[in-house]
Amino acid sequence: MNAIIFSAVWGVVMMFGGLIAKNKTTITYLAIAGLLVLTGVNLLHSCGTWVIKVDTHETLHFDSMGLYFNTIAFGSTLLYVLLSGKDIERAGVHVAEYYALIFFVLCGVSILTSFNGLLMLFLGIEIMTIPLYILTGADKRNLKSNEASLKYFLMGSFSTGIMLMGIALIYGATGKFGITLGPSTAPSTGLGFRPPFLEVGGLLLLFVAMSFKVSAAPFHFWTPDVYDGAPAVFTSFMATVVKSAGFFAFIKLMDIRTSILGDSWMIILPMVIFLTLLIGNITAVFQQSVKRMLAYSSIAQAGFMLFALYGTSVLSKEGLVLYAFSYSIATIGLFAILIRLKDYSLDGFNGLAVQHPMVAFSAAVFLLSLAGIPLTAGFFAKYYMLAAAVRAGGIFWLVIAAVILAAVSVYYYFRVIQSMYFKSGTPEWTAPVGKAFGWTLLLLASILIYAGLFPTAVLKFIYF
Amino acid sequence: MISAFLILLPLATGAVSFAIRSSESARRFSLLSALLTLGLVIAGLLPANASSLALDLPWLPVMGSRFTLAMDGMSKMLCLLTALSFPVIFLAMFRQSFRSPGAFYGWMLLSQAGLMGVFLAADALLFYFFWELALIPVYFLCSTWGGERRIFVTIKFFLYTFIGSLLMLAGIIYLSFQTPASSFAIRDITQAAVNSPNSTLLFLLFFIAFAIKMPVFPLHTWQPDAYEESPSPVTMVMSGVMVKMGIYAVVRWLLPLFPSASVQYADIIIAFAVAGMLYASLIAMQQNNLRRLIAYSSIAHIGLMAAALFTSHPGATQGVMLQMFSHGINVIGFWILADAIEKITGTRLLNEMGGLAKQAPRLAILLVVMGLANVALPLTNAFVGEFMMFNGLFHYNWVVAATAGISIILAAVYTLRMIEKVLYGTPANLNQPIVDLSPNVTWALIVLVILVLIGGIYPQPLIDLTKDTVETLTLKK
Repeated sequence: MNAIIFSAVWGVVMMFGGLIAKNKTTITYLAIAGLLVLTGVNLLHSCGTWVIKVDTHETLHFDSMGLYFNTIAFGSTLLYVLLSGKDIERAGVHVAEYYALIFFVLCGVSILTSFNGLLMLFLGIEIMTIPLYILTGADKRNLKSNEASLKYFLMGSFSTGIMLMGIALIYGATGKFGITLGPSTAPSTGLGFRPPFLEVGGLLLLFVAMSFKVSAAPFHFWTPDVYDGAPAVFTSFMATVVKSAGFFAFIKLMDIRTSILGDSWMIILPMVIFLTLLIGNITAVFQQSVKRMLAYSSIAQAGFMLFALYGTSVLSKEGLVLYAFSYSIATIGLFAILIRLKDYSLDGFNGLAVQHPMVAFSAAVFLLSLAGIPLTAGFFAKYYMLAAAVRAGGIFWLVIAAVILAAVSVYYYFRVIQSMYFKSGTPEWTAPVGKAFGWTLLLLASILIYAGLFPTAVLKFIYF
Repeated sequence: MISAFLILLPLATGAVSFAIRSSESARRFSLLSALLTLGLVIAGLLPANASSLALDLPWLPVMGSRFTLAMDGMSKMLCLLTALSFPVIFLAMFRQSFRSPGAFYGWMLLSQAGLMGVFLAADALLFYFFWELALIPVYFLCSTWGGERRIFVTIKFFLYTFIGSLLMLAGIIYLSFQTPASSFAIRDITQAAVNSPNSTLLFLLFFIAFAIKMPVFPLHTWQPDAYEESPSPVTMVMSGVMVKMGIYAVVRWLLPLFPSASVQYADIIIAFAVAGMLYASLIAMQQNNLRRLIAYSSIAHIGLMAAALFTSHPGATQGVMLQMFSHGINVIGFWILADAIEKITGTRLLNEMGGLAKQAPRLAILLVVMGLANVALPLTNAFVGEFMMFNGLFHYNWVVAATAGISIILAAVYTLRMIEKVLYGTPANLNQPIVDLSPNVTWALIVLVILVLIGGIYPQPLIDLTKDTVETLTLKK
């Protein structure tokens, strides 16, 4: 609750801060302070202290997992602002508003980690995505940015409509918004089993809408255009914090409800996962622009995260936290480098290792982690997802397909490493690469390596 | 604790080496580190230290994986091979300088740490971890210091092995869930695998990973390219030690885990391995490129080892143990010579060489000795191992043994042809003056030649060392 209130309030503070502070750097500092406060009050909540006592009438339910996820999201945003704050200042004229929107997104994120009813889920999703439509179009004079924003908005509206329809059907079937199942729909199987079609229909519509939000195939078509068209600095935020939060909500939603779908769930989900992995990985191979490659790779990574929907074991939840953690850190770091490069194509990275060894080393660690090479956090993230699927049983073919496609992903991630290390050239930058930037990146890289050696260090806080 | 230090020492010195700027000190530092590791292995071989070889520490309690190291005869032998190879390689390369030497030797030492880990790990997840860790340094070494086509060749090599190891990982995860307490310990995994109803599928997952690494025909295509394009010291590590990872893994994991499947599929695998031997030998005969010739000759030797392993004949398994060590020694010697020849003549094409024997007598003598070892002449180390392996094959099926035997003749043909083209005939018109081997290369090769002769005349110590592994494997059958 602390996080929801403070993020909303700080968003307003940021808006008015823009009126008073004329210096853009001051605004960034204000945002960093806000994020520190936000992380702080969220940690307070994790320890059981509510700053303001609010009775939510069980529409929101706070558990340690959700609060921990909040901490990861706020921490990632903090790192993101520390690394790319200068680039947010350069993205356009209304810097304070950008930060305000980011805080509103975080408000949506904290609702999504704690919703206990479909209505709150809907609110959370909307609060999270509407600011994103604006951020996508932040580069007003750029046609591609406008196109991306409009496309995102139209497609997003459709999925919102589908989601509302799903919620309405479920409400019609059960008479409540709660995510726990009523006694009338107790799971049963066998010959005489007839699933309550309103509820099944509603659930499937919700599944489609959520798949859209996390860009799972075949509902992924908006992703490459939006990620490519949006200013890179906001793509970074969208692809990491927002996407992970979407997944968290998805899993929270599907965790209990899948039982009424019965066996058909075991047909739908593997198909979606397989398609997502296949389309994401294979298309990423052919990209020349690193930004677009990362957009497709985010689809591919989403495919792996979908394994967490086999929510039968604790593995999948732990895995999702670890995945969100490693994926967010690696992607934020990579984007922070990409944003500052003039040329987003692979050739833009040529010779980075000679020019800035520290930056190149960190980027290599990020890429290795995304590819899931041992010794990085990305390996254990993938390991947990595969383990969750193996434990669920019955879909070993999908596990094998997933590992082969993971090997495909090595190809396109390593192309960036090849450019940085084994090709000569001089990358050109839009902003100077300072010492502080390099050290922050190195810090991110060492976090990934540490978590790759001792993933328990990340996981133990789930059960705080 | 000795086993842990075998991994930690190269790991730590490798990390330190990255900070070294001067070429001279990087070379000295890495040679010193490699010699220290060798000393540690020898200390580990002493009977007095037998109790300090195993190690068991908690690592990932949530997953049930532990940091478990164990050393049986085969592990000891391969650790010895690893520890012997690196100083010899560093010595032979002592006069050469590499771009950013600190990083080069750093990666080399890190790959040594990965290799040691593979040979020591007694926990499936840990094994997978080291299996990959041995690969990453090689990727950077080949891509940075390799030849012209290095980037394409290295990614091909990397993807090949990575697909294999990921399939193995899927199998490991599956098996770990079959164990009562989700453990990765080798004993539990073995238990689960033996009782698993899906052993055929799992066998294939593991086998593909190991077959790519060895490599067994037809999964070998990454190898000649990678050997040709990699910088010489890396090629030596790859062909001398790294391919043994595949054979080691078959003995340590595949055969004990899937005893029935490995008998069931033995025919097919042996057929592929023998076909690969003939195929590689025929190609080696036609090769004009010295490095590719050695690469194909290496595929032929590995094919024999793979075939012998699946005969389930204890003698053949013992032969494989011997041959793993001998092949490592011989092929490293061959690569040192190939590298020296290339440096002397400035070419790697056989038809541009000739008549080196007169100008470079030391090279000539050593090349002939190593060449004869490659043909497995009696009194050289390869003879004993090959004899035992062929004996096993003959017991398995005499047709297979006879077919495989053709490759011995072919080996003599291409090796002697190579020696003849390089050393004899009319001296080729080369643009550079011919100089004989430099002292450091000569000494490195003399060490290897001594090992070749010891292995050929009195191989009993090696047999005694690895006897326990062979016995456990036979008992399991």
